[in-house]
Amino acid sequence: MSSVLDNLVNQPYKHGFVTDIESDTAPRGLSEDTIRYISAKKSEPEWLLEFRLKAYRHWLTMTEPAWPNVKYPKIDFQDISYYSAPKPKKLASMDEVDPELLRTFEKLGVPMNERAKLAGVAVDVIFDSVSVATTYKQRLAEAGVIFCSISEAVREHPDLVRKYMGSVVPPADNYYAALNSAVFTDGSFCFIPKGVRCPMELSTYFRINTESSGQFERTLIVAEEGSHVSYLEGCTAPKFDTNQLHAAVVELVALDHAEIKYSTVQNWYAGDEEGRGGIYNFVTKRGLCQGVNSKISWTQVETGSAITWKYPSCVLVGDNSIGEFYSVALTNHHQQADTGTKMVHVGRNTRSRIVSKGISAGQSNNSYRGLVKIGPRAEGARNYSQCDSMLIGAKSGANTFPYIQVQNDSATVEHEASTSKIGEDQLFYFAQRGIGAEAAVSMIINGFCRDVFQQLPMEFAVEATKLLGLKLEGSVG
Amino acid sequence: MIRPGAKTLLEVHGLRARVGGVEILKGMELKVAAGEIHAVMGPNGSGKSTFAKALAGHPAYEITGGTAFFDGKNIFEMAPEQRAATGLFLGFQYPVEIPGVSNSAFLRLAYNTVQSQRGRDELDPLEFDDYVREKMKLLDMDASFLDRSVNEGFSGGEKKRNEILQMALLEPRLAILDETDSGLDIDALRVVANGINRLSTADNALVLVTHYQRMLNYIVPDYVHVMEGGRIIRTGGKALAEELEARGYEWVRAA
Repeated sequence: MSSVLDNLVNQPYKHGFVTDIESDTAPRGLSEDTIRYISAKKSEPEWLLEFRLKAYRHWLTMTEPAWPNVKYPKIDFQDISYYSAPKPKKLASMDEVDPELLRTFEKLGVPMNERAKLAGVAVDVIFDSVSVATTYKQRLAEAGVIFCSISEAVREHPDLVRKYMGSVVPPADNYYAALNSAVFTDGSFCFIPKGVRCPMELSTYFRINTESSGQFERTLIVAEEGSHVSYLEGCTAPKFDTNQLHAAVVELVALDHAEIKYSTVQNWYAGDEEGRGGIYNFVTKRGLCQGVNSKISWTQVETGSAITWKYPSCVLVGDNSIGEFYSVALTNHHQQADTGTKMVHVGRNTRSRIVSKGISAGQSNNSYRGLVKIGPRAEGARNYSQCDSMLIGAKSGANTFPYIQVQNDSATVEHEASTSKIGEDQLFYFAQRGIGAEAAVSMIINGFCRDVFQQLPMEFAVEATKLLGLKLEGSVG
Repeated sequence: MIRPGAKTLLEVHGLRARVGGVEILKGMELKVAAGEIHAVMGPNGSGKSTFAKALAGHPAYEITGGTAFFDGKNIFEMAPEQRAATGLFLGFQYPVEIPGVSNSAFLRLAYNTVQSQRGRDELDPLEFDDYVREKMKLLDMDASFLDRSVNEGFSGGEKKRNEILQMALLEPRLAILDETDSGLDIDALRVVANGINRLSTADNALVLVTHYQRMLNYIVPDYVHVMEGGRIIRTGGKALAEELEARGYEWVRAA
């Protein structure tokens, strides 16, 4: 491959800095005592401690999944600190937030304060494991929308949390979900009451800060009958040499006629050019379309992490419910991504749509893995899947693993796949029309991802476009 | 049209180039002045396309000797996109497809990039739309071309029209058209050739790389060069092309 392409894809990670804030960190290691420590730190009710311990005991009986198409050294779960919080302080307003923290957010371009207001975005900021500031709470409260950290929800709305937490992703669902259920430290909770259209897009920025503090977020979004919410999750992490484990659980519940749109732009540290360091992102995201005519739509732009292992899924229980998955996954250098979705059709006339775009550069490996399952009761269910891969350079790889299980003969399942390549000839064509390699790659990639970017909220689409540019553009010789 | 005293646009001397370690061009000579139309003919493998791509700067073609000056500047010191901005255009034999990128966005980016390089005003999307539609009339192209992805699913003829449309937009001073006639039926050939003729002025020049002389029935060359073994072995006028058509390349080799 030409050196132009090599230069293009070799831009160092821009968000690699460590914020120097005193944290309150648990000693490394995992045991029932660790879990009791976390639960006590967070002054949790007894039922939650039991939930955690039960998950932990189950986790001990499980083994790490070996089926994903990724390779990494064995994780030593005793060498991780499971709790890290900035020193507790009472914060009455944003002015009291540690200026160092605010500067970090500025470096990341997190829209808080005025920027949040201008953008019309409420940001529930997770910094390491504890929520530091929540904006726009008042306006949301007037609409009856609850948007807060999981810890706060446990204190203020225990019945709701207890009712729905673990209802979509049971603690014993899989190895990492069990681990998360045992040790999760914080996350977001969002509740949209019956008939309410959330007045703004809800946004959470996650950031992993303390070296070797595995982060275990838990997000729960419940949309009651006829409600509507659009939720944005943006992520970035500083540069470290030791791998950081991230095993989040996200649960969505949509009741009758409710709609949840969940968008992610993920840019965690992916390791250096030799593949050292970087985040391990082992996430369980699942949405339950419990009610009739409900809809859950996942849109993700995955550009970071050393390893991504993530399958945002929809369980379509309610008749006529709809599940959607729009994904762009970009890998570079030695990154590995095994990502896709599961669409489980249970109810009648349920529909699902999968659009997956994988981009592999450098020596990275990018796999789409998807399951479409049509249950015996899912009369008239329909699925359409489209999986496209783009290779940049000669050393990258792309795989597609579609699994289709149909147990109802009235169902329609369609699957399309393609592979393309940005090569010398395409870049030369652009160059001959006066267009340099950076602009060319940007245009080709954006064209390739168009179907997915169209699904993102406007400001996120701009961010995603920039992010892909940042990941692939650089010093063109 | 040959005019005494016309400005020299391209001057290639002793050009040698190789691809994949094999030397293809072995001492190419060519001089093109403003207002002139040259045809470069020759059998398959004689080095015609290599010559075109080497001049435009395809990275797979390694220049191993000789010089090429465009408008007095050494083009081998310029990146391919600079050569384009300076006014060197290559009409591709096999234009690449770019899925998901609309033709109008691509054409506008190309146009505006080159305009700004030349110190001229760029056009906003609405202005550009008017401008490109005007140029499309020249080639009898349907407006739906603008919304389609660049060259994706285009027929051979549509691709070639799209190439000439780009030439019309970028207004090069020297256009090298590589086998533009291949893949065109007789009606399309006439339309494309007419378009090319209308773009020809006293200030620009054209190099037609072609295997057959049929396009030369519509675009009349001032010079016809015959390539063989990586260099020009014979140069003549329009009549040479006709003679070639009648007697074949063997005849030039024997002569």
